[in-house]
This record gives sequence, structure tokens and C-alpha cells, in this order.
Amino acid sequence: MSDVILEMRNITKTFPGVKALDNVSFSVRQGEIHALVGENGAGKSTLMKVLSGVYPHGTYEGDIYFQGKECRFRDITESEAVGLVIIHQELALIPFLSITENLFLGNEQASNGIINWNESIQKSKELLEKVGLHESPNTLITNMGVGKQQLVEIAKALAKEVKLLILDEPTASLSESDSNKLLDLLLQLKDHGISSILISHKLNEVSKVADAITILRDGATVESIDCHKEEIAEDRIIRGMVGRDITHRFPPRENKVGDVIFEVRDWNVFHPLHKDRKVSSNINMNVRAGEVVGIAGLVGAGRTELAMSIFGQAYGTGITGTVLKRGEEVDVSTIDKAIKNGIAYATEDRKEYGLVLIEEIKNNITLTNLKQISDMGVVNEPKEVSVTRRYRDDLNIKCSSIMQLALNLSGGNQQKVVLSKWLFADPEVLILDEPTRGIDVGAKYEIYTIINRLASEGRAVILISSELPEILGVCDRIYVMNEGRIVNEIPAKEATQELIMKSIMSQKEVMAQ
Amino acid sequence: MKTLVSLFRNNIREYGMLIALIVIMIFFQYTTDGILLKPINITNLVLQNSYIIVMAMGMLLIIVAGSIDLSVGSILAFIGAVAAVLMVKLHVHWSITMLVSLIIGAIAGVWQGYWVAYVKIPSFIVTLAGMLIFRGLTLLILQGEAVGPFPVEFQRLSTGFIPDFFHGDGIHITTILIGALLSVLLIVFDLRGRKNQQKYGFEVTPFVFFVVKNVFITAAIMWLCYLMASYKGLPNVLVILFVLVSAYAFITSSTVIGRRIYAMGGNEKAARLSGVDTRRLLFGTFVNMGVLSAIAGMIVSARLNTATPKAGVGFELDVIAACFIGGASATGGVGKVIGAVVGAFLIGVMNNGMSILGIGIDWQQAIKGFVLLLAVFFDVYNKNKNA
Repeated sequence: MSDVILEMRNITKTFPGVKALDNVSFSVRQGEIHALVGENGAGKSTLMKVLSGVYPHGTYEGDIYFQGKECRFRDITESEAVGLVIIHQELALIPFLSITENLFLGNEQASNGIINWNESIQKSKELLEKVGLHESPNTLITNMGVGKQQLVEIAKALAKEVKLLILDEPTASLSESDSNKLLDLLLQLKDHGISSILISHKLNEVSKVADAITILRDGATVESIDCHKEEIAEDRIIRGMVGRDITHRFPPRENKVGDVIFEVRDWNVFHPLHKDRKVSSNINMNVRAGEVVGIAGLVGAGRTELAMSIFGQAYGTGITGTVLKRGEEVDVSTIDKAIKNGIAYATEDRKEYGLVLIEEIKNNITLTNLKQISDMGVVNEPKEVSVTRRYRDDLNIKCSSIMQLALNLSGGNQQKVVLSKWLFADPEVLILDEPTRGIDVGAKYEIYTIINRLASEGRAVILISSELPEILGVCDRIYVMNEGRIVNEIPAKEATQELIMKSIMSQKEVMAQ
Repeated sequence: MKTLVSLFRNNIREYGMLIALIVIMIFFQYTTDGILLKPINITNLVLQNSYIIVMAMGMLLIIVAGSIDLSVGSILAFIGAVAAVLMVKLHVHWSITMLVSLIIGAIAGVWQGYWVAYVKIPSFIVTLAGMLIFRGLTLLILQGEAVGPFPVEFQRLSTGFIPDFFHGDGIHITTILIGALLSVLLIVFDLRGRKNQQKYGFEVTPFVFFVVKNVFITAAIMWLCYLMASYKGLPNVLVILFVLVSAYAFITSSTVIGRRIYAMGGNEKAARLSGVDTRRLLFGTFVNMGVLSAIAGMIVSARLNTATPKAGVGFELDVIAACFIGGASATGGVGKVIGAVVGAFLIGVMNNGMSILGIGIDWQQAIKGFVLLLAVFFDVYNKNKNA
């Protein structure tokens, strides 16, 4: 149990102008789950890239020992050959290939270059069994949810005879129950002698499964904690990560809730491809001025689909129902009209849908409302600059200049740019879809503060989130969604995580009967 | 000095291409014993490359938007054929012919834009089809033979020069005056822009550098005008080019439409979710391309004084190459009008210089290929180095 499988000694990695890792030492013992935590930019991913050979030997200082042997990986193939497999946050599966084809990609079950499909399928069945995924090996990746795709990734690692599995934020896009399934799987693998390194922002998960925790801050190790020797408190980890005490994870709230300004009535949406499948059915909801309303639910509950269908029918077909603002029906048939009618929707995937990464911060912020800073279709650049600078200062966007490319910002700052761009459109109703996904504790706090401020300005905020503590900590009222329906409406004062989960589960039972 | 270095580093792409152009010009000037920069050859150079530059501006918008257009050479030929038949066979007035040609160019753009933007067929396929369709239509209209000659007024589009109101002796005074006016205007604009930047607290280049830059630009303009003036003055085409290039440089850098095209090319989904009607915008870039192809088509046929079924074969490749040499990104969202113009001139100077040297078409093609690859390699290399 106590023999060390991996040891990284005095790793230092510098990029032009920045020391990303400064003399970091890190060791993992055989058969343990070792959590690696730290704020964004603390150096977690860089450390893992050094380990897996993405940054080849020679581009960093320090030594790596795996199973007692010194390793000098030149690329990922070499690290995988000794049993070191990394699963990235963005899954590396080919969507239009089947599970089997993905499992053995680069590792084909072939002789003389000719694939033995029978053997491949046989083996993939075994692997799927091991990870508890009950799907046909011929299923295409694109037809599966993210949770199941994650399991395929792990099965793929098992196919490579993994000894040390590295998971980078594996549960970031998973629902509560899928996350639990995944964590249970990690515990199972541990029993089979497979060690893992778990990078996560979710401290409850970390304290649930980890045998040891290493905290990184600003490219240096803060401490390593052995979870079996001492009791770990989440506060202690947070303190270690941010280097200061965070007394409250959620800022205090003092907004006044006014009249209903936004209402959705009898809203029905059908799937864009499978036109007889209802993705939102009979949705009725409302939001008051100055109110933050949460939409809780599992991934796949239809929350994003609902939000996008309201936002200019950006999703779905055969949409029926009405959207009212201050009691009057408004036209939201195109995105442009929705924005003009004071509705904004900040997407959950900021890189894919939220930002033009290769453009400047400035251009990203003003894109939603270019007309306001232009005369007769000509952009007034000075005006644009002063507007953008105001948002930079207001929202505390950390950047070298507003001319910096969105690409080069950290996740938290990118999210602030997304918020700025929607604030610039000056909406009365703001729908935020997973606004704190993948960003660190400090930045989360700032985002919550911004949400509170928006509410206190009298705007209506709808918050979609898979993190229940966040929903409970920020919202005034909570709608619970499941399978495209609203199954419960709970005032925040009465809400608990158990109550929310119970309304989802009981709905599931009703459906089952 | 530090700002100077960082300025150069940040704009290495634009300055790099400009420097490459100058180096290549000096090289050919030397190897052709000074023929390259003779007034008559400079005028020829402009005339020979005008249609590539005209189309390169439309192509740049399409490439920035994330698409491609392979049909421009065929549309150019098609418009030339239509104009020829209207004027020569049906005796339509040249001014009406020009108007009709522009409208037909727009319709060709509507046709392709519809399939690309609204039916969502990849632009490569739609315009590959267009390349065949419009070439076929050209053959059909011309019935396989060359049609010409055209009325003198129509020919002037390409072969005419602006009149000299001062009747200079051996030197075209109007041309010199226009050059002087242009230089003053550019300096005024630059000065105003600089003041504006300072007002908003931006770091500006040192004043010395600013002066040197403007002296250099003024010298280049006046020298070029002097060369032109000592031949026949400014060609009409150059005036058209100047107006178009200024207009498109302005549209891409300073207007709402320009911004939206770049945003769409950078991330189509994000742009759409920000309220940009990406389909209409993409459609618009193809209509615009059709109109510019029509202008180019008229310039080409006016220059040759005949419309032939083989006109414009392979032009699309020169146009696309000009954009990529000028720094446009094949994945969209990146590229500048001025870059495409410099790229087009680079190709033009090489064509011209190599022809004067008597280098065969075989080597000309191969060398152009290498230059294209080299320019894009330079891009990729810089990007990797900065990352």
C-alpha cells in the first residue's frame, strides 16, 4: 500500500516570462486516489502535461520516477506505454465512430494491419462491463451523453493497461448522479490496484474519494495531506488554495424582489432532429424584478434546451407558447429580437458558444450591441474603448489590456468577459447557464457578487446550475426540472439538497410507473 | 526603441509581407536592368493585376467569413461574355451594359450565397459547381468563339487615363496634384488617429518613428505618381482600385458589418448567439463577391477588347493565393484587405518580373507555389513561436 508508484521531484517549468511550476514535488502511492487541487492557473494542468510527456523531457527541470524507474518521456505515446493515461477535460473521442472503434483507436486489435473485429468487439464488451456501461459496442459516441462518454474514456484507458489514471476535471460537465457513478468507479479501480490522480474543483468529491490531497498554489506545492491520518476540512483546503480565509463561499445578499417582469407560459419545444420528441413540455415559470431564480436538475433534464428555445429559438423546432414581459407578450422568434426585447442568455460552454477566442476582449464585449457604439454603421472606436474599459474595471477582468485576445484569459476572466458582453446588451432578463463551471473558488465568489449586483439593480436573473450548493447559496426561488418538465418550485428558504434530489427522484418513479 | 521592436513584432505579418514585396521589387529591378520600374511597365503592372486585386477584396471577406469561392474566374468570364454579346451583337449602350453586368454579377452571387448560407452546402462544393456552371454558360453565350471589339468608351475602363486639366508638357500635372493631395490627406488622417489614441491613453509609436513613416509613405506615393505622370498619367483603373481598396479597408476595420464578419469567421456559433444574423451576412459576402467579379470581368474584357471563352481560367487561384499570402487564415476570422492587396501585388510583380526575364510558364507556376507555401509557413512559424 505504501510503496510509491510515481514520484516527481523538483519540477520547474518556465514559459517565456512566467514560471508555471516552481520546484514542485509530487508523489503518488500504489493503489491510492490522489487529488490535486488548486485555483485555475495554479499549475495543475501544466504538472500533468509534464508528467504525460506533452511537454517533453528537456523542456522542464526535475526528475520523474515511475515504478522506481526514471522516465524521460518525449511524447504521450511513451508515457502511455508504461501505463500512464491522462483523460482530459475536453474528451478526446471521435463522435462519428462507434465505442469499439474509439476504444482501440491507436491500439487496434489487428494483425498485419488488418483489424480483427470479432476480437475487438469481444474485448470492448469486457471493458464496458468493467466500467459498468451497458451499451452496445456499436453505439456511436455522438449518440451518448457526456456521462457515458466519460466512462468510454476510462474504458479506453483500461484497454491500454493503465496503471496510473489521470483525470482532469472529470465531473465538470456531469450531473450529481453521473458524478457519483464515476467516483464509485474510481474506487472500484482502486481495489483492482489502479492508482489515479484526480484534478477537481469540487471539494466534496475530493473529500469523498481521495486518500491523499496535494494543494498547488501559484506553481508551488502548498501541502500534501494524508486523508487517513488526519481529518480534512473543506475550509482548510480552500484556505490552502487561495492563500487566505474565505469566510463565506457566497456573498451576502440584499436585493429587493419586485413585480413579475418575465413569464413563460405553456412552453413546448420539440427536438430539432427527432421532431416527435418533446424536450420541453408545458413549462410555466416566472421571474420577478430583482429576483434570482435557479433551475436545478440533472444534466440532460432539458434546462439548456429550455433556455435556448426561449432565447430566440436558438434550439428546437415546433415551439409553442408565449413569453411575456411585464404582462405583455413579446416576440422572441429570432435571437436578434430576443436581445432587443431585453433578454440575454450566457451559454454554458464559453469557448464554443460564448466567445470569439481569436478576437480582442473589446470586440467580444461589444458584439452584442454594436449599434450602441456606432454611428450610421461605423464603429466609434474611442467610445468602444471607454465602454470596454468600464466593464473591465467594474467586473475586475484581469488582463494586460482590453486589446488582449480572449484566448489568453483564464477561465474565470473569460466568464467575466461573457458577462460583460451580455451586460452591455443591457438586458432586463439574464439567463446564466452554468456560469461558474470550471472556474476556481475565488473567481466563483466574484461571479456570485456580480449576480447579486445585477439583481439589486432590478434585473431578473435565471441561474442554471448543476451544483446544488450554488443554487441554494445564490437563488431566491428554485425550479426543479426533470425530463423536460418543471417538477417542483421551492422557495430558497425551504430548499435543501435532499429536497431537490427527492423531487427529481420521485418524478422519476412516477415516470417509471 | 523598445516600443519600436514590439511594434514590429506585433505587426510582423504586415511589415514582413511589405518588406518581402520591396525586396522582390528591388531584385527584379536589378535583374531586369531597370525595366521593372519603368513608367510604362508600372502602368502595365497595375493594369495586369487590377482585376486580381478587385476580386481579392471580395475573396478576403469570404475567407474571413470562413468560406471559399472557386467560381470567380468563371463568373468573370461569364460577365465578360454577357457584356460582349449585349454591346456587340445586340448593340446595347455601353453604360446600360455596365449596369446590367453588375446586376447579373450580383445575381450570380445570390445564387451561390443562397446554397452556401441558407441550404448550408459547403462553399467549396457550391462554388466548384459554380465554376463549372458559369464556364459552361460562358461557352454557351459566346457559342465557343471570341466576341469583340467593344465601343471605345467601354475600352477606356481599362485602357484610359484620367485627363490632364493643366495640359502639362511631358508631365501629367493632374496626376502630380492628386498625389500631393493624397499625401496631405493621409498625413492629416494619421495625425488625427494618433491624437485620438493619445487622448484615450494608448501607447503610441515615438514621434520620430511617426515622422519617418509618413515621410516614407509620402515619398513612395509621390515617386509613383511621378513615374505615372511621366508616362500618360493615372490609369482609370488605378482610380477605381484606389476607391475600392479604401472603401473595403474602411468597411472591414471600422464598420458594424466588418466587425460581424470577423466575429462570424472567428466563431460562428458565438456570433449567432450574440444576435448576429450569420446566414444573411454570409449570403451578403457572396453577393458582394459576385458584384466585384463583374467589375473585374468588365476590366478584363475591356483590356483585351474581346470576350473569350477561356478568359479568367485559373484566376480564382491567384485571387485565393493573394489572400493567403496577405495573411488571411484558412479557418476564418483573420485577414486584412491591405494584406490581400500586398499579396496580389507580390504575385503580380513576380509574374511580371519573371516574364521580362523570359522565365517559362513552367517555372513561373512552380515558383509562385513555393512563395505561397513560404508565406503561410512564415505565419504558422510565427504563431507557434508566440504560443
